[in-house]
Amino acid sequence: MSACVRALAATAALLSVSVARAQQERPPASKYRKDALVYAELGKAPQKARSKRNPLERDPEAVAAGRNLFEQHCTECHGDLAEGGRKGPSLLVEPVQNSEPGAIFWILTNGVVWRGMPVWSKLPEPQRWQLVSYIKSLGVAEQVPSLGPVPKPSSGSATAPPSLRR
Amino acid sequence: MSTSAVRSSLLFFLALLLFVSLPGSSPAQENPYIVAYDHYLEEPGNLEIEYFSTFGTQRASNDFHAFWMEFEYGATAWWTTEFYLDGQSTFGDSTVFTGFRFENRFRVLKREHFINPILYVEYENTSGADKILKEVEGHDVEADYADRNAALRQEHNHELEFKLLLSGTHKGWNFTENTIATKNLSGDPWEFGYAIGASRPLALKASAKRCSFCRQNFIAGAELYGGLGDRHSFGLNDTSHYFAPVVAWNLPSDWTLRLSAGFGLNDNSHRFLLRWGVSREITGFGSMVRNLFGGQR
Repeated sequence: MSACVRALAATAALLSVSVARAQQERPPASKYRKDALVYAELGKAPQKARSKRNPLERDPEAVAAGRNLFEQHCTECHGDLAEGGRKGPSLLVEPVQNSEPGAIFWILTNGVVWRGMPVWSKLPEPQRWQLVSYIKSLGVAEQVPSLGPVPKPSSGSATAPPSLRR
Repeated sequence: MSTSAVRSSLLFFLALLLFVSLPGSSPAQENPYIVAYDHYLEEPGNLEIEYFSTFGTQRASNDFHAFWMEFEYGATAWWTTEFYLDGQSTFGDSTVFTGFRFENRFRVLKREHFINPILYVEYENTSGADKILKEVEGHDVEADYADRNAALRQEHNHELEFKLLLSGTHKGWNFTENTIATKNLSGDPWEFGYAIGASRPLALKASAKRCSFCRQNFIAGAELYGGLGDRHSFGLNDTSHYFAPVVAWNLPSDWTLRLSAGFGLNDNSHRFLLRWGVSREITGFGSMVRNLFGGQR
């Protein structure tokens, strides 16, 4: 009986933590700032990773397969159309679309763990490249609001933090 | 059919019913391990509900069917917390609730490396009748499980368990090694154990069409696990060891099925452990809770 009571207490504690975390409201400005910090991570990709070519760029099925993978693993955070969601930034912006495929692949592999994006190396390499093919096929469809200074990437102007105006 | 078998089956179908009634989940890419852990944590805000069974043969007593439920929640991208409820049916004896476990896994490194360490901390409150064999540690041997449930339940285990999970994925292969150290809070010496696993999807590329039987949905591998004695007598002797081929089937319809056939490697081990499990991931559970309590929409 005491075990049941302890089990219920532990469950209640777990639920409390979930609820407490869920109550943390995030105003839009801080959301944009967080997104900008995530975009800045693209610039931290090492040159070696950045210079990798997508081995599936000529694969006619890569985009369709990548779309399936995106729907399975990415839409929860990045939105159904990659337009961004409460948890993840839009992928339809210049900082992403102008990045080298290797930089996007690097982010998929390493995640942005301290900012909420898990590592996706559990997807085999070809599947990560299929995702890159799909993401790059989307093109730029949004602009990012200016938020003032954000941390500069270590290198690479193509992946610099957003300087666009809405 | 005995009463215990009926109760066990009822629990199984209740668990299935719970899964079927859950809304809004997404296909996962789950590893096939049942004992070993790799370095991948639950995605933030997602809740994975899992049911597992272990059918074990038992010399000098009756065979058993142990089962457990897992509730695994991704608190952040570097922290996963998990709650277990354990039970078992021993054929010709009884069905009993055997305790609970509360575990946490923490990612140590920011980026992906050749080997990725994860720290694992668990509090376990179980009775001696617990037979899920989620890990083997110390001098665990088959004979420990031979008594009747009424006698086994008299023993209470309050344990802290620590694991260092070392795992990496290369060319589609995942390799993982878990080192286990357990301290019974009643004063028993530290006990040790290990688990090693390797697995790979049957295909590395995803197909352009959604399909249930595509090779990339199947991940096959094997795990090896056993005890390493305790602080006073460390080693591979006087404990049990198992080898188990494992397979996971990640269905596009939100389900993951796992199957494992474990074989005892010495006379101290159960001869055969058949394990299977079904899991379902509820995407955005954290958001659902937020909405339930009137948070930001």
